[in-house]
Amino acid sequence: MLDDPVVALTILVLALFVGFEVIAKVPPLLHTPLMSGSNAISGITIVGALLAAGREEQTLSTALGFIAIVFASINVVGGFLVTNRMLGMFKKKKS
Amino acid sequence: MNDQFIQLAYLVAAVLLIRGLSGLGSPKTAPRGNLTAAAGMLIAIVATLLMKGVVSYTVIIAGVVVGSTIGAVLALRIQMTAMPQMVALLNGFGGGASALVASAELLNYMREGSEPTGIVPTAIVLGILIGGVTFTGSLIAFAKLQELLKGAPLVYAGQRFVNALLSVALVGAGVMMVMTPLDLNPFYVVLCLSLLLGVLLVIPIGGADMPVVISLLNSYSGLAACATGFVLGNSSLVISGSLVGASGIILTKIMCKAMNRSLANVLFGAFGAVDQATAAGGGSTDGRTAKAYTPEDAAVIFSNSRSCIVVPGYGMAVAQAQHAVRELADTLEEKGISVKFAIHPVAGRMPGHMNVLLAEADVPYDKLVPMDEINREFPETDVALVIGANDVVNPDARTDKGSPIYGMPILDVDRAQHVFVIKRSMNPGFAGVQNPLFFNDNTMMIFGDAKGTVLALVKSVRDLV
Repeated sequence: MLDDPVVALTILVLALFVGFEVIAKVPPLLHTPLMSGSNAISGITIVGALLAAGREEQTLSTALGFIAIVFASINVVGGFLVTNRMLGMFKKKKS
Repeated sequence: MNDQFIQLAYLVAAVLLIRGLSGLGSPKTAPRGNLTAAAGMLIAIVATLLMKGVVSYTVIIAGVVVGSTIGAVLALRIQMTAMPQMVALLNGFGGGASALVASAELLNYMREGSEPTGIVPTAIVLGILIGGVTFTGSLIAFAKLQELLKGAPLVYAGQRFVNALLSVALVGAGVMMVMTPLDLNPFYVVLCLSLLLGVLLVIPIGGADMPVVISLLNSYSGLAACATGFVLGNSSLVISGSLVGASGIILTKIMCKAMNRSLANVLFGAFGAVDQATAAGGGSTDGRTAKAYTPEDAAVIFSNSRSCIVVPGYGMAVAQAQHAVRELADTLEEKGISVKFAIHPVAGRMPGHMNVLLAEADVPYDKLVPMDEINREFPETDVALVIGANDVVNPDARTDKGSPIYGMPILDVDRAQHVFVIKRSMNPGFAGVQNPLFFNDNTMMIFGDAKGTVLALVKSVRDLV
């Protein structure tokens, strides 16, 4: 897919800039949900884990892929759920 | 499934993740933003499952079921006071997963006997290295926050030398791995040294510096995913990983700035380890003694007050006092006293820790005011109520050039008419420095556990005011 490393590097640098722009606008009030939410996003590595575990031949790398899937799903599911739970607590004054 | 279609799906996923993160710009749009990001993640996962190389689903389903169950139970059970540990743990799993994926790819190259080319060998090394450091470093941070390990910095003679030596060895082994990617030995060395380095880097870091460490590990977990993206040539990993990397870097910067310390000082300074600091900072008390008062005394002052700013710190979290504090705020407001909360960026053990606790206790978020805004209001405020905070209200940070915390931005509570400090004892704070605030004429010390004292205060205010 991304056979050209320069293309991958271009994507990396641009995504970093987008990240800086977007995250800089998050108020301190929401820094904890930002951490747990971005945590969940770093669980994207599950994509790599699926590729490693889903190959035809079952080998040692399948086993590593399995553990990676477990870790990454804890990360993704736990991260999004706990963020959702936290964000539900932020309420404005009832008037 | 068509490769172009999958790439398009990844693009949609990336857009949704970015839209989701920008939703976190305001508490109103944030819940939706989180769901948007989750939808993006789901699309990336489904697209990957449709790829040609993915043919065996049993292992995948088993892994997803096990991981999701553990993740869901953790997320629904965890107490808000334990959120720093939770985030540390999640960071660790993310980093560990990336290291595993990079290792699995390497083993697969070995099995096929084809040598990885171009950037791939370097990316494999980086994925294992960053992921490994993130994994064990986060587990140590978790153990410290959960108090399975002592929170105090663990230092020994020659620590920096050992860490430097280890890093050099790691780089050496990494270079060897890039040169001979199909040789197992350098791989084992890189893997083991990375895991060891994660432990050694975090043990000398003390509890109050955890906000920085967690932010940094958060960034690493993203960068590890990024490296894995280069290994697999997968754009969704590169994009999402760099978003998280950027987020962690920004938070790390904010935390360092709020402590007026460089990242290097936080990581290698072992702050709070030595108690010579107590002697150095103790001079500014001028032989004055702190005066202890009771909650009843404080209620008398409240009866003549119109405004109060509450300054929560880690002590409130430890005592689980956030609900009692909310009750006090409600009681004061019933008596016509306005209440606001002053939030220091590094109060607690992670960025935004106090906000989440107070939100959990149903304090409306418009009452939670960041440091820069609230500092203007202290001179016109009748009572500043400090609950379990210490270093973030130490006036020496403004005036005493000899103090270890000199230059750190603080909440100017000493400028309020009256200052109440609820504290367990006169023990110095985390930085090991004495706090002259406690000896000021307008300061009343109320000794006791945060929760019990605040509840006693609620009762006294109800009886008296």
